[in-house]
Amino acid sequence: MQCDTLSIQLAGAADGDTVLGPETEHHVEGCLRCQAELAQYRKLLRALTALRDHRLFVDDTLLDDVLEALRPAAPVHRLHRINYRSRKAAYIAGAAAAATAGAAAGAIVIASRLAGRHRLAS
Amino acid sequence: MATHPSDDVTRTGEVRSKPVESEQVQKLVEEAKEGDHRAFETLVRQTYADTYTLAYRLVGNEEDARDVVQETYLRAHNGLKRFRGDAQLSTWLHRITANCASSYLGRKIRHRHEPLIDDGGGIIDDHPFGDPVHRADLGVLRSQLSEALMQLPPKLRAVVVLRDIYDLPHESIAEQLDITESAAKVRLHRARKRLRERLYPLGEEEAHAV
Repeated sequence: MQCDTLSIQLAGAADGDTVLGPETEHHVEGCLRCQAELAQYRKLLRALTALRDHRLFVDDTLLDDVLEALRPAAPVHRLHRINYRSRKAAYIAGAAAAATAGAAAGAIVIASRLAGRHRLAS
Repeated sequence: MATHPSDDVTRTGEVRSKPVESEQVQKLVEEAKEGDHRAFETLVRQTYADTYTLAYRLVGNEEDARDVVQETYLRAHNGLKRFRGDAQLSTWLHRITANCASSYLGRKIRHRHEPLIDDGGGIIDDHPFGDPVHRADLGVLRSQLSEALMQLPPKLRAVVVLRDIYDLPHESIAEQLDITESAAKVRLHRARKRLRERLYPLGEEEAHAV
């Protein structure tokens, strides 16, 4: 059995992700090179795990940029609501004005007709 | 919040200080879900350095990592109502970061008309780590490992970073990178092999002892 061909399997076996077959397992038990490789994979995994708690330095400008990018979301939402409210108010005001104008026009027509009848009667 | 003792032990047997989702974070998440912008800002302040670190490890340079972080928080903000709290907030953010980084790298490669990086190709070992004295030093090992990670092709790097550093399950990695679970495992094992070869090159005697 060639050790080179086993390397990928050992990479998976280091954390139990890959289960080695009986023949491979037997080989590894008697092969110092494969045992050394397996030990190196385990060391590598421990070193990678340790990186989890190691945060990279980043300056505050990133935070400012992120918060700035997020900010428009809220005002736009509010702006839409304000616009909606304004449109609703304008609609009501317009309807009221139209109704008032209609009533006024009707009153003028009625008044002018009544005035005409009075003139004919006299 | 109750935690199972086994939660703190990684599959490599090492005890890991797994952050427990604090009540404060849960409260902030709930407030942010209800539209409290300040609560979301506080969550950003608490997590952006971690998110940046993951983004940098995935994309390999500062400028791209900053873009990925911005994209991550925009997506998180838009999708916060879908966050049910099954996973920790940090895990949820890691998944979004992985997805953003993957999309970002994909767009970048398409835009530059560069061929996709071949997983099967070799890497040039221009920084051999032969000195055992330096290897013994944890700080040096960390920097060597970080450097070796950066030398990996992005496809391999993404999988090993998400699995072996951030402990995401294969299923989740496959989902975020839009690949099959078996492809994720193959990439992981290849990445580990390359890292091992770079960090612990076999001596002449060992190489011929087959």
